[in-house]
Amino acid sequence: MIACEEALRRLAEYVDAELQGTSLREMEQHLERCRSCFSRVEFEKRLRTCTANLRQEPVTPELEGRIRALVDTFK
Amino acid sequence: MTVEDGVAIREMESVRSPADRAWFEGIVVELLPDLYGTALRLTRNSADAEDLVAETVARAWSHLDALLDRTRLRGWLFRIETNAFLSHRRTDARHGVQESLDDNEDGFSLFEQLHAPILLWWSSPEQEFLNKLLREDLARALAALPDQFRVVVILADMHGFSYQEIADALQVPVGTVRSRLARARALLQKALWTHAQDAGLVGRKPLKAKLNHE
Repeated sequence: MIACEEALRRLAEYVDAELQGTSLREMEQHLERCRSCFSRVEFEKRLRTCTANLRQEPVTPELEGRIRALVDTFK
Repeated sequence: MTVEDGVAIREMESVRSPADRAWFEGIVVELLPDLYGTALRLTRNSADAEDLVAETVARAWSHLDALLDRTRLRGWLFRIETNAFLSHRRTDARHGVQESLDDNEDGFSLFEQLHAPILLWWSSPEQEFLNKLLREDLARALAALPDQFRVVVILADMHGFSYQEIADALQVPVGTVRSRLARARALLQKALWTHAQDAGLVGRKPLKAKLNHE
């Protein structure tokens, strides 16, 4: 079993899917038992989803036309 | 077409088939909202973002031979886009990399701020906060990050790159990716917290918040 202090140290890597093997299992076991760390993980995940949603922006017809014209010049 | 687009095209080495071009154009057009959105987050203005998208597309086509597995074109395009952006920054002396900011920024956690005992009269302060958080608020907080921190957040949180993939793309050690991400997220959360206080989303004066509840 790992304590909250260790769980918090691994939090970013857990949310980033960088943990493997024993460190991942220990983290999962901790999160099954600790409401506080579980809530914090959920918060970090949701915040990351909000950031991920900034990835797309509407494209103007002018930009799409510019890119298509550019690709048309490729040989 | 800008001058830069033309320069990149002339670097092209091999001749490709019309089928190659149709395949490439299909994916690029499908990904345009992502390429433009990412460019906007990187450059922070629409004119530079549009130029960056064009440059990315031109660079990708001219270096297509370097992409051994064509099913990986999507991720590769964003890697090229990031590096194209950074190569411009590197030539601009005003945007030198500052590796060390104030160390006090490192441990900042928005979750902990929201869970300060005084605010716990909200059943779930972090849910409440996220529900009120606007896209523009987050975009503004992200735009305020220094380049090298903004880039790792964009690659990790927006594009799901692994630490190793980010390290390869930026040509820095994995440990540097990990520490930059930690610092970037702490800075981002601090900016969101400051904004939340300014906008009255959370109680600036803990005592008053408690009194309101009682």
